[in-house]
Amino acid sequence: MSLTRAQVEGIAHLARLEITEEQMPVYVDSLSRIIDFVEQLAAADTGTVEPMAHPLADQVQRLRPDEVTEADRHEKYQQNAPAVAAGLYLVPKVIE
Amino acid sequence: MSLHTLTVAELAAGLKAHRYSSLDLTLHFLGRIERLAPALNAFVTVTADRALADARAADAILARGEGGPLTGVPIAHKDIFCTDGILTTCSSKMLSNFVAPYDATVVERWKAAGTVLLGKTNMDEFAMGSSNETSFYGPVKNPWDDTRVPGGSSGGSAAAVAARLAPAASGTDTGGSIRQPAALTNLTGIKPTYGRVSRYGMIAFASSLDQAGVLARSAEDAALLLAAMAGFDPRDSTSVDSRVPDYAAELAQPLKGVRVGIIREFFGEGLDPAVGALVQGAIEALRAAGATLKEVSLPALPLSVPTYYVVAPAECSSNLSRFDGARFGHRCDSPRDLLDLYKRSRGEGFGAEVKRRIMTGTYVLSAGYYDAYYLKAQQVRQLIAADFARAFGDVDVVVGPTSPTAAFGLGAKTSDPITMYLNDIYTIGANLAGLPAISIPCGFVQEGGRDLPVGLQLVGPHFSESRLLAVSHQYQQLTDWHRRVPDGYA
Repeated sequence: MSLTRAQVEGIAHLARLEITEEQMPVYVDSLSRIIDFVEQLAAADTGTVEPMAHPLADQVQRLRPDEVTEADRHEKYQQNAPAVAAGLYLVPKVIE
Repeated sequence: MSLHTLTVAELAAGLKAHRYSSLDLTLHFLGRIERLAPALNAFVTVTADRALADARAADAILARGEGGPLTGVPIAHKDIFCTDGILTTCSSKMLSNFVAPYDATVVERWKAAGTVLLGKTNMDEFAMGSSNETSFYGPVKNPWDDTRVPGGSSGGSAAAVAARLAPAASGTDTGGSIRQPAALTNLTGIKPTYGRVSRYGMIAFASSLDQAGVLARSAEDAALLLAAMAGFDPRDSTSVDSRVPDYAAELAQPLKGVRVGIIREFFGEGLDPAVGALVQGAIEALRAAGATLKEVSLPALPLSVPTYYVVAPAECSSNLSRFDGARFGHRCDSPRDLLDLYKRSRGEGFGAEVKRRIMTGTYVLSAGYYDAYYLKAQQVRQLIAADFARAFGDVDVVVGPTSPTAAFGLGAKTSDPITMYLNDIYTIGANLAGLPAISIPCGFVQEGGRDLPVGLQLVGPHFSESRLLAVSHQYQQLTDWHRRVPDGYA
C-alpha cells in the first residue's frame, strides 16, 4: 500500500516531527515500502490467538507499598533543562 | 607487555597475583584507545579521569587482598546506559548535551563489582540500526576491514572489544544489536532472557524487546560479566525476581548429550552459502563432541522481521515522545509557540532513521490501523513464541547463523531500509519471544582479500543462559576462532 504525501504529513504532525520540504518525498517512499513490507502479516493465520502481552507468559505486574522512595533531586535533574526559572521548566507562552 | 591480549579471566588472575596493577592496565588501554579508537570511531566519550580514579580505588581493594573476579578490570559501556555525571548521548543529536543525573543499574552493578570505566561507546542512534551508520557521531568501522561496518546497534562496543581497546563492553539487544555486531567482529555476544538484566537507566527503544547484555572475547568472559550485571531490580517493573546462577561455575557442563536443534528456516534463501557452510561445520563439531542433532522447524519465524517492524516502531514512537525540547535534550532556536518547539526540536534532534521509525510506529498505532497492524503483530509474535516453545520440547538449544552475511561495506545498505532490516532476520525471533541467545565465532569467509568473521547463534529456553554459555565455552575449548585478532590490533 502506498502512502500519500498528505498521509505522511498527517503522521509527521501526530508525531510532532518537522519534516523538511526536500525530505518529505524520501519519507513518503520509505514509509510506503515499510508499510508494504509489514502488510504480509495480514496473510498469517492467527485465528483466535491471544495477542502477546508480555514475553514471559507467567509474569504479573509487581505491586509495591505506596511509599515515597525517591528523594527530591529536581535541581540536579534540571541542570539538563534548556530553560528553567524558580524550579520550573520554561516553554513558549501557551495561553495568550 | 601485551596486556590487551589477555582475557578478563586472565586479567583478573594477574591483578589478584599483583603481576600488574589496575592502574597499569588502565593506562595501557587508555593508550590504545588514544592511538587506535579515533580511526574506528568506536567511542563517543573517553572517561580517562574517571578510569584512573576507578583504577586507584580498585588497586586499594586489591592491595588488601580483597575484591571479586572483576575488580580492577577495565570495561566500556554502550552510550545508551546512563552514567552519573557523564555525557550520555545514545549517539543522538537530541541527547548530545545530556549529562545523566544517575547511573543505570547495569552501570551501578559493574561499578560495584570493581570494574574501571574507560568510556562510552558509539552506537546506532537510539539503538535503531544494524550497521552503526545512523549515529549522530558518524559510522563505526570494523577492525577486520575498515571499509566495512561493525554491525549494529552496539557497533562501538563491538569494535572496541574486537580491536582490544577494552577487554569487554556492555551492549543492548532489541532485535540483534548485541549478537549481530558480535558475529561481524568475531566476538562472543549474549542477549539474556527478557527481564534477566535490569533496564533501569538504559535509554528505552522498544520496551517489550530491549535487553542488556555483554560483548566479550569468550564465553567465559561473558559469563563473568553477565553474572555481575544480572539480577532482580525493583526499579524495573519487568525485572524478574529469580536467582542468578553462577554462570562461570556452570561452564564445565559437557557437550555430551546436549540436544541441538537445527533451525530449518535459517538455512534457506538469503543466506550466503559460505556463511552457511561455516555454520554447518560448527554444528558438526558440536555433534562430534557428543551433542545430538535434530532438525527443527519454526514455521512462523519467517514472519519475525515484519512483526518486529510493527512492534518495535510502535513502542519506539511511544518511548521517544518524552523528547519534547522542554525538559532536557535538544531545543530548537527561538520557538514561535509550543507546537513549533516540539516539532522543530524533534525534527532537528532526531536523525532520519529514528524519525522513520517514530512515524512508522505512529501510523501503525493510529486510529483505524491498530487492529490490522499492532494487534495482528502481537498475535503473530505469540505464534513465533509458540514455535520456539514447541522446539524446546525436543531439544535443549536451537542453532543457526547469526547473520545472513559477513560484514558488508559502509554505505552498502543505507538507501533501502528494508534491505537493512533483513540483516536481523535470524536474531529478531529471540527478542520477540523473550529468549536468551548468544553469538560465537565459528570461522572466517574471504571477501575482497580480507578474512571476515562469521557467527554461530544459539537460542535457548527462558533463563537458559548457563546452558548457552556452557555449550559456547565447550565449543571454544575445541576451536580457536575466538582467539583470532584483526591485523594491526594484536
